[in-house]
Amino acid sequence: MSILVFAENWDGKFKKLTYELVSYAHALSKLMNSSVSVVSIGKVDDNELKKLGTYGASKILNVTDSRLQTLDNRAYTRVIAEAATKENAGVVIFALNNTGKAVAPRVSVKLKAGMVSGVIGLPASLEPFTIVKKTYTSKALANVVVKTLVKILTLSQNSFEIAESPVNATIENFSPEISDINTIVKEVNKVTGKILLIDAEIVVSGGRGMKGPENWGPIEELAKILGGATACSRPVSDEGWRPHEEHCGQTGKIIAPNLYIAVGISGAIQHLGGVSSSKCIVAINKDPEAPIFEVANYGIIGDAFKVLPQLIAAFKELKGN
Amino acid sequence: MKILVCISNVPDTTTKIKFVNNNTTFDINGVQWIINPWDELALTRAIEIKEANAGAVENITVINVGLKTTEPTIRKALAIGADKAIRINAEPKEAYSVAFQLAEVIKKEKFDIILCGIESCDYNGASVGGMLSEFLDYPSISAVSFLNIENRQLKLKREIDGGYEVISIITPFIGIVQKGIAKDARIPNMRGIMMAKTKPLQVVEPVQVDNYTEFVSFFHPKPKTACKKVDPENVKELVNLLHNEAKVV
Ligand SMILES: Cc1cc2nc3c(=O)[nH]c(=O)nc-3n(C[C@H](O)[C@H](O)[C@H](O)COP(=O)(O)OP(=O)(O)OC[C@H]3O[C@@H](n4cnc5c(N)ncnc54)[C@H](O)[C@@H]3O)c2cc1C
Ligand SMILES: Nc1ncnc2c1ncn2[C@@H]1O[C@H](COP(=O)(O)O)[C@@H](O)[C@H]1O
Repeated sequence: MSILVFAENWDGKFKKLTYELVSYAHALSKLMNSSVSVVSIGKVDDNELKKLGTYGASKILNVTDSRLQTLDNRAYTRVIAEAATKENAGVVIFALNNTGKAVAPRVSVKLKAGMVSGVIGLPASLEPFTIVKKTYTSKALANVVVKTLVKILTLSQNSFEIAESPVNATIENFSPEISDINTIVKEVNKVTGKILLIDAEIVVSGGRGMKGPENWGPIEELAKILGGATACSRPVSDEGWRPHEEHCGQTGKIIAPNLYIAVGISGAIQHLGGVSSSKCIVAINKDPEAPIFEVANYGIIGDAFKVLPQLIAAFKELKGN
Repeated sequence: MKILVCISNVPDTTTKIKFVNNNTTFDINGVQWIINPWDELALTRAIEIKEANAGAVENITVINVGLKTTEPTIRKALAIGADKAIRINAEPKEAYSVAFQLAEVIKKEKFDIILCGIESCDYNGASVGGMLSEFLDYPSISAVSFLNIENRQLKLKREIDGGYEVISIITPFIGIVQKGIAKDARIPNMRGIMMAKTKPLQVVEPVQVDNYTEFVSFFHPKPKTACKKVDPENVKELVNLLHNEAKVV
């Protein structure tokens, strides 16, 4: 039996997220007395593939069929399900991101395997297989039992520490039969050279308290100094002050950076649903009663327009310029 | 063209989440129920498309797996503008069996576009849409943030990391929608509410299916340690704490 990880790549490269998945799978394989296999789809060079061995993957199935360059949910499902069968996988692991959400449930049906999405750690017991997942938009957690022989898990981002346990990964070309491709990508529109919100370790976020789009200079400057990304609350993107990709919360992006700085954000429950898993939250708000302070680790009760310039100066000093 | 929108019935997003029976059951006491926000946006978009393309969309159906108690939510969908509704009379306990029930009905009815939300805000499964696609063996597009009919062709966008892709797709297909699909959910007007009372709501009995997973108990995340307040006159102290105590910068 093995644990199979679907390792997505971004223009031929893996991300921290990928290593998180493999580290998780490796820890699980220790519990279950098995080994870690990975299936990778798309063009990734051998050096990059080998990196997965650093985190405990001993076998990599490399699928390079050019028809799979862009995501086709149905075709990806066939490939991953076939890899799972070939590797005799007891557990198949995906990231809880757009691709994982698109493909994992299909694989669950294909393999007749019970699925738990958004798990945050290793199973508490193997017999019955019991594992914790987030529910009610992170307001609660649930113990879920999976009753099928094969299990599908999607792992919440940033819920498992990356750990090295180097093995020599063997790379095997894998070319399963591919069904018709129905998803025709006509056009791609993507920013480049910018830290993406979902990848950022530090996020500086502004809310309605910033009063208007013309006031975003300090938010952007702070993000830049810290090497982070900018984000916002929903009304801010609804008003068109900021682009939609920046909207965090229940109906926006769900992120879990190391540091989330919320400026002029009240901390409505729907907003917190998207950011509450951040390791450290800083709130800057002039209202001492703002609910954001209930989840913040550090807070400044004060006027953002006075606090931000000082904060920028202090961080600049720390970074030595 | 026929459009189907799958709607789940969930607690209002501001609900205080509590559990009873030894933390095995969600406490429904005093809970306000709503159409899952993404499903409401999907329905809104379906109605916008129907209105903008006279004759192109024959009808819009909503479907829900739920007990009789979900009917007010279904009626609201009819009041917003769905033409008819189907309720599969079963308690939704987990994604696999819900998707299975939906598939059984859809196989008989044949829809061209089926819309689901990216996730329900109760169990956050993000599963039913994908599972349904596989049961039906239909193509599925996830993270759909735009859908339209242009020159009799379907046009849609899906979100990818850092941007979006414009996609063309055959029907029937399943679109799993997220933010952007419609700006604001439609609010039913008086006329809609009156008409909803007479629109057809068909009740279908469920088929036998096993649950693959079981939610056995719930608990609350550990409360955060109290927020450390820093004097606004001494912002440097915050940087110091973030650097030396929290070690995040
Ligand atoms: C179904 C549903 C889904 C939703 N999904 C989301 C979601 O995904 N994400 C989201 O963010 N919201 C979401 N919302 C909206 C949410 O309920 C709140 O309305 C929203 O988060 C509030 O945004 P805000 O904090 O920017 O604005 P406000 O609530 O208006 O807060 C502004 C804050 O700024 C402070 N402030 C004002 N001036 C200053 C100053 N000079 N200096 C410092 N502080 C100042 C105020 O004290 C206040 O706390 C959703 C709502 C619903 C109903
Ligand atoms: N009980 C249900 N009845 C009808 N549709 C549902 C039901 N549960 C979930 N769905 C659909 O599946 C989507 C994703 O739900 P979930 O997989 O539960 O997170 C929802 O947004 C709905 O479109």
